Amino acid sequence: MKAYLAVMKVRFVALLQYRAAAIAGLFCQTFFGLVMVMIYAAFYRSSSHVQPLSLAQVVTYIWLGQALYHLQPWGVDGELAGTIRNGNIAYEMLRPLDLYTYLYVRCIALRTAPTLLRAVPMAVIAFIAFGMQPPPSLTSGLAFLFALVGAVLLASALTLIMTMSLLWTLSGEGVLYLVGTAAMFFSGMILPLLLFPDWAQGILSLLPFRGVIDAPFRLYLGQLPPDAVVGVVAHQLVWIAVLILFGRWLLARGCRRLVVQGG
Amino acid sequence: MPQIIVENLVKTYRVALRQPGFWGAVRGLAVRQHREVRALDGISFTLEAGELVGYIGPNGAGKSTTVKILGGILVPDSGRCEVLGRVPWRQRTRHVQDIGVVFGQRTQLWWDLPVIESFELLRDIYRVPGASYAAMLEELTALLDLAPLLDVPERQMSLGQRMRCDLAASLLHAPPILFLDEPTIGLDAVSKLAVRDFIRRINRERGATVILTTHDMDDIEALCSRVMVIGDGHIISDGTLDDLRRTVGARRCLVIDLDEGAGEVIDPDAEVRCCEGNRVQLYFDPERVSAAELISRVTARYPVRDLFVENPPIEETIARLYAGVRV
Repeated sequence: MKAYLAVMKVRFVALLQYRAAAIAGLFCQTFFGLVMVMIYAAFYRSSSHVQPLSLAQVVTYIWLGQALYHLQPWGVDGELAGTIRNGNIAYEMLRPLDLYTYLYVRCIALRTAPTLLRAVPMAVIAFIAFGMQPPPSLTSGLAFLFALVGAVLLASALTLIMTMSLLWTLSGEGVLYLVGTAAMFFSGMILPLLLFPDWAQGILSLLPFRGVIDAPFRLYLGQLPPDAVVGVVAHQLVWIAVLILFGRWLLARGCRRLVVQGG
Repeated sequence: MPQIIVENLVKTYRVALRQPGFWGAVRGLAVRQHREVRALDGISFTLEAGELVGYIGPNGAGKSTTVKILGGILVPDSGRCEVLGRVPWRQRTRHVQDIGVVFGQRTQLWWDLPVIESFELLRDIYRVPGASYAAMLEELTALLDLAPLLDVPERQMSLGQRMRCDLAASLLHAPPILFLDEPTIGLDAVSKLAVRDFIRRINRERGATVILTTHDMDDIEALCSRVMVIGDGHIISDGTLDDLRRTVGARRCLVIDLDEGAGEVIDPDAEVRCCEGNRVQLYFDPERVSAAELISRVTARYPVRDLFVENPPIEETIARLYAGVRV
């Protein structure tokens, strides 16, 4: 256990170093957040239907999304991808570690460090300047934080499966775009899932992606009552288990056919 | 009981063939053709504890593939492989605790961490107790002169510095077996000597078993009591350096310095290797003609000032072995 924590810590600290990227990202996300807020404002003004979320809730949802943008499984650990491409993965396989767990903790670091770096300043800016609201109650906030832990583990398991696609296609961009876009769309990052048509709700609630963004956000907004966290976490845990089993199977197959690149 | 047993190991890679040119690439999108490349074609050997074995062969002969299988990274198609009684790829996590590996062309150091932090991470990963880690680090720092490097991240190091750190990294958990895959590649003469000296000491003083793959024949001559030659996936020679020379043919070389302007030397039992000024080098086969007889014949017929007999350099021996495989 200590070994995995040590690996995670090293990666986490290394990823915290990318401050320039975080500042650039902050500008970018502020911009996109504002564009989205304006679109939704126009959309709400021109519609007389009663929407499942109020405009204020949507605005908060958007800024939460921008703050936690790096939590969602898009993109893989560039360094890890590099080691698969150039064959340095050989050294990772020479360590007395369970390879899956080793890669998993690295994915956790990848999902958490950049998020941490951006989330706090983004949230502060959005609270002060752009109408982000706090959760309606302390319990809602706690439920959100609880679900966020599940979201990290879920997003990391998804990230790892994306990473492992590189064992088959070295460049891997196809799979990464496909899964990354699906994750973005079905998680609620682009459009809160409640605003999808009714016929889509069933499938959306089954897919794993809502566990990363939409479900925790609804807990934050109070749109889901705090005690709904049990269902949210159960949904996350089931998917985490499924994805870990699938990932392990994939990794075992990938390793068997692995050609360590280079001499 | 040998420490390492390899029997009839076979490993095949499947390589996608690519048609040349643009249309070839387009066709490749629809129809993929594959070709099987047999990297190892039934190799066998055993190693006793404490041996220092040179494992040599031309590029693409299967050296690294063997090392990767022994390290538990690759799974062979068939054959048997046991290291310390374990099958590397089946009991990988237990197995790797007992081996140290250096791939000379890669690094196991984290590129942006100071080396000492890479070492500490390896200590945690291998669960090395604090006291043994401290002792080992001290010893390695002294042997490899690492003190000035410990605070430097890998990305700022020269190749020679990096290699010394990589060697240390592979030994922190005190493995009884060491696989060194081209540890002297690209190093300057001084660094090469330092690395060689270190390998010798680890072998002699710690009794570590070492498999050394290299293209540098000086490494082999300086270090290895036993040499295995692999070519096209087969072990084509396994024995001492002298054995190796004998396998290829005990050709020896007679170097003759003649008087000014004496011209060339011709003998029915010898082959001229080269003539430079007054120096003539002749190859001869001691089975056909003894050195004494050849020398007496040559001195009788030509104005010889000086002469001596030498063994051909190991590179040449190896080159002939490789050539024999290719034909």
